[in-house]
Amino acid sequence: MSFPIMTCIVFLPLAGGLLILFTPKKNVGLIKTIATAATGAALILSVVLLFNFDYAKSSIQFEECLRWIPSINISYHLGVDGISIGLVFLTTLLSFLACIGSYDIDIRQKEYFFLYLLLSTGMLGTFVALDLVLFYVLWEIVLVPMYFLIGIWGGPRKEYAAIKFFIYTLAGSIFMLLGILAFYFTSTPHTFSILELGQTTGALSLSMQIIIFIAFYLGFAVKVPVFPFHTWLPDAHVEAPTPISVLLAGVLLKMGGYGFLRISFPLLKDAAHYFALPFAILGVVNIVYGAIVAMAQTDFKKMVAYSSVSHMGFVMIGLASMSVTGVNGALLQMFNHGIITGGMFFLVGVLYVRAHTRDLNKFGGLGVKMPVYAGLLIVFSLASLGLPGLSGFISEFMSLLGSYAEFQLTTIISVLGIVITAGYFLYMLQRVLLGPLNEKLAGFSDMSKREIFVLLPLMIIVILIGVYPLAALKYQMATIEAFIQKIGGGVF
Amino acid sequence: MNIVESIRFVMPEIILLVSAIIILVSSLFIRNKNALGIFALSAIVAASLYLPQSHKTDTVLFFNMLTSDSFSLFFKEISLFVAGIVILLSMGYKELTEKYIGEYYFLLLNGTIAMMLAVSSNNLLMIYLSLEMISLISYLLVAFLKNNTLSSEAGLKYFLFGALSTGIMLYGISLIYGLFGTTDLSIISNAVNAGQINGLVLLLLLLMILAGLSFKCALVPFHMWTPDVYQGAPTAVTAFISVGPKAVGFAVLLRIFTNNFFPLYANWVGLMTLISIFTMTVGNIIAISQTNIKRMLAYSSIAQAGYMLIGLVVGTASGMEGILYYILAYVLMNLGAFGCVIIVSNSIKSDAIEDYAGLHKKDPITSFMLSIFLLSLVGVPPLAGFWGKFLVFTAAIQSKFILLAIAGVLNSVVAAYYYMRVIKYMYLEEPKMKDISPKSAPLQIAVAILMAGVLIAGLYLTPFLNWIRNSQSFLSQ
Repeated sequence: MSFPIMTCIVFLPLAGGLLILFTPKKNVGLIKTIATAATGAALILSVVLLFNFDYAKSSIQFEECLRWIPSINISYHLGVDGISIGLVFLTTLLSFLACIGSYDIDIRQKEYFFLYLLLSTGMLGTFVALDLVLFYVLWEIVLVPMYFLIGIWGGPRKEYAAIKFFIYTLAGSIFMLLGILAFYFTSTPHTFSILELGQTTGALSLSMQIIIFIAFYLGFAVKVPVFPFHTWLPDAHVEAPTPISVLLAGVLLKMGGYGFLRISFPLLKDAAHYFALPFAILGVVNIVYGAIVAMAQTDFKKMVAYSSVSHMGFVMIGLASMSVTGVNGALLQMFNHGIITGGMFFLVGVLYVRAHTRDLNKFGGLGVKMPVYAGLLIVFSLASLGLPGLSGFISEFMSLLGSYAEFQLTTIISVLGIVITAGYFLYMLQRVLLGPLNEKLAGFSDMSKREIFVLLPLMIIVILIGVYPLAALKYQMATIEAFIQKIGGGVF
Repeated sequence: MNIVESIRFVMPEIILLVSAIIILVSSLFIRNKNALGIFALSAIVAASLYLPQSHKTDTVLFFNMLTSDSFSLFFKEISLFVAGIVILLSMGYKELTEKYIGEYYFLLLNGTIAMMLAVSSNNLLMIYLSLEMISLISYLLVAFLKNNTLSSEAGLKYFLFGALSTGIMLYGISLIYGLFGTTDLSIISNAVNAGQINGLVLLLLLLMILAGLSFKCALVPFHMWTPDVYQGAPTAVTAFISVGPKAVGFAVLLRIFTNNFFPLYANWVGLMTLISIFTMTVGNIIAISQTNIKRMLAYSSIAQAGYMLIGLVVGTASGMEGILYYILAYVLMNLGAFGCVIIVSNSIKSDAIEDYAGLHKKDPITSFMLSIFLLSLVGVPPLAGFWGKFLVFTAAIQSKFILLAIAGVLNSVVAAYYYMRVIKYMYLEEPKMKDISPKSAPLQIAVAILMAGVLIAGLYLTPFLNWIRNSQSFLSQ
């Protein structure tokens, strides 16, 4: 057997976490080093993966398959294709950067980094698992560390936010479990393997597909989050410590979108066609509603949180179009949103560490005091509002383009969201950077080297994809084309 | 098989009985909790060595009073395991003074014998007798702290409820005897299969038997005794009655309903579905508002019984496997949770959930382990409790009991709230308690074994599944 690179990527963080358990509590430096090394090693391996990935192939690569529970056909089955490779890279990158961003954590570091690494393993595993039960197990593993990370290191209403997150996601995913079981019993031979289920796709009756689709939808929609399942998100994002907000927005939300792409659409294609319009409409509601609510926020972090709701709407409409362009756009939008919003949350954190407030009305004139910060904030905001030349534009445009071919009216309405998005981002920039300098903020220092180091790679990616989108698209195009062919969507 | 030959099949019970008597007598001279405990433990180990090695025996003993089949073997193994762990827990439980410790172990070993007899009886009278023996011993154990009013009250309540429900059961058995002229289950089951008896009459009788068993398993509406008894009893005894009699109750339930009265399946399935849904819902909803961890675990154990019942309702081979695996997982995680409760109450002398605030600072290992046990009770993968739920839900979906499965999953979400509440107090709150006193070794060993069990049964199920598959012989695939 060749080098099990997938297993290493997934379980390196956990191995680091177990090592931390045996490190003395007082030795914070060592704990941080282990955590950074573990996430760093996973990042390096995922870069190796990127270089060795054959993007002309649409099938699963780097497959690893072992029998786990043979009597009910559950296997330990990992692998990547064009859909997951970008997300794996995104997860390892953000895990590594947020780990460095976590150096500020000043209480209970040992527990923090252990839970953090456990979270990393859960997230990575979700993206590469090819067995439904394994997928579910890893998906659920994410919940527990997240509960603690929000609940212990969070803001004033952390307990409420943590349990709300936990109950919401558990409620959604437990229906997904029923869906998984339904898959198992409706397939012949009974199997949990996503690949095998994909080969027999279409064998199910439409009514059965619809039932299973709804069960999975509840699980994924809570994570995305799709309106009206989104109410946990602002609470969780606002209360979570900065690095955890980064992972929540950057990676956790993608788990839902990824679920649609990996399971709901390819395995239940008739139901997917059946639900395409409501799916798109909910996506539009996400875009417009998220943007309007973001506009009204005075809390910086809450604004970014609602902007996530809005941006994830583009993923939904891109998926609903079931066209090559739309789905490519949706997948790229997930990646881009992870990078951009991850960066935005870091930037909010930078300000919060200095001001201990996130009230947008209490800032002002920081452009003079913190020029580097101002520059980065402007780049990420512009990327977020979809300025051409930066990555957000590419994916939003592709999603809209693909969507327009199918649903003109909804697409037209969703463009409205872009206008509002531009509005609230510019309004935010105005309140934070421009105007007279607030006296209380006079003593602020500009960003430290560590903070810049965290944000720089993200900014490079934002600009790179904005200028040369093929750098990211080439990994996913072949897979998406095969995907569309399989589910019988438009070629556009 | 004649009586003399039969005796070698009850060697484990004989070993336990002899050891129990030795303990009782020697406690006149030795009143050392640990010494007697270790002796009781070695009796358990010796008894388990004398269990039949093969799962494939199917022998009738003592004029068909007892059978020795793979199903009873599974539950005998569980019973011995439970007894062993409870002895370890008792050795570390401070409330139990050394004054009556000999009597305590004597009762515990006898309770184990009763459990082993109950799971292997094939005769309604024998079932009644052994269940009654478990009950009487449980009453005594619950009221063991006789200077503690809560404990005495619990004992009395337990006794009153138990007397009522076993009375109903005995009445049902007497009517069955009137109908069939025998209490031998295999003869009765042949008559039922032949369809000689009016189904409705039989169903009525089954209901009466169900009353007695529901009491043992704490199923709604025979669950009312649980919270008071769990709270009042010495915690080690609570741990014992929350898993031991419950597992036995399920064993008997499975034997009677799926083995002997399976032809009546269509008649009892509706009722059982209702009982299952009510049991989990009532347990979970009342558990939310509990402030005492023992009461909370009492309601949680009611709810857990509701999930297990799904496996019985489904009535298929995979349902049976699910229920057996669930019982196994439940034994591990519930004993573990109570073990941690004992560790904590030894130090802080309280069972209030609020007093668990900040436990992680004072005792990180115990709070970590309690969290694992509670998360397993929630059903978070990859812990043993998850697979229990997974297997019963699998069975439900397979047989198209969709509503039951949905009721089950919704209930697990509700349940998550109150289990997480304990975790919230332990990790998210600041400590108010004083420092934790040193822990006793037997207690730590017991909890460590259970913890390893929860993790291994969660990550590497194959051997456990094979064990269970060999143990359920009633229903074919």
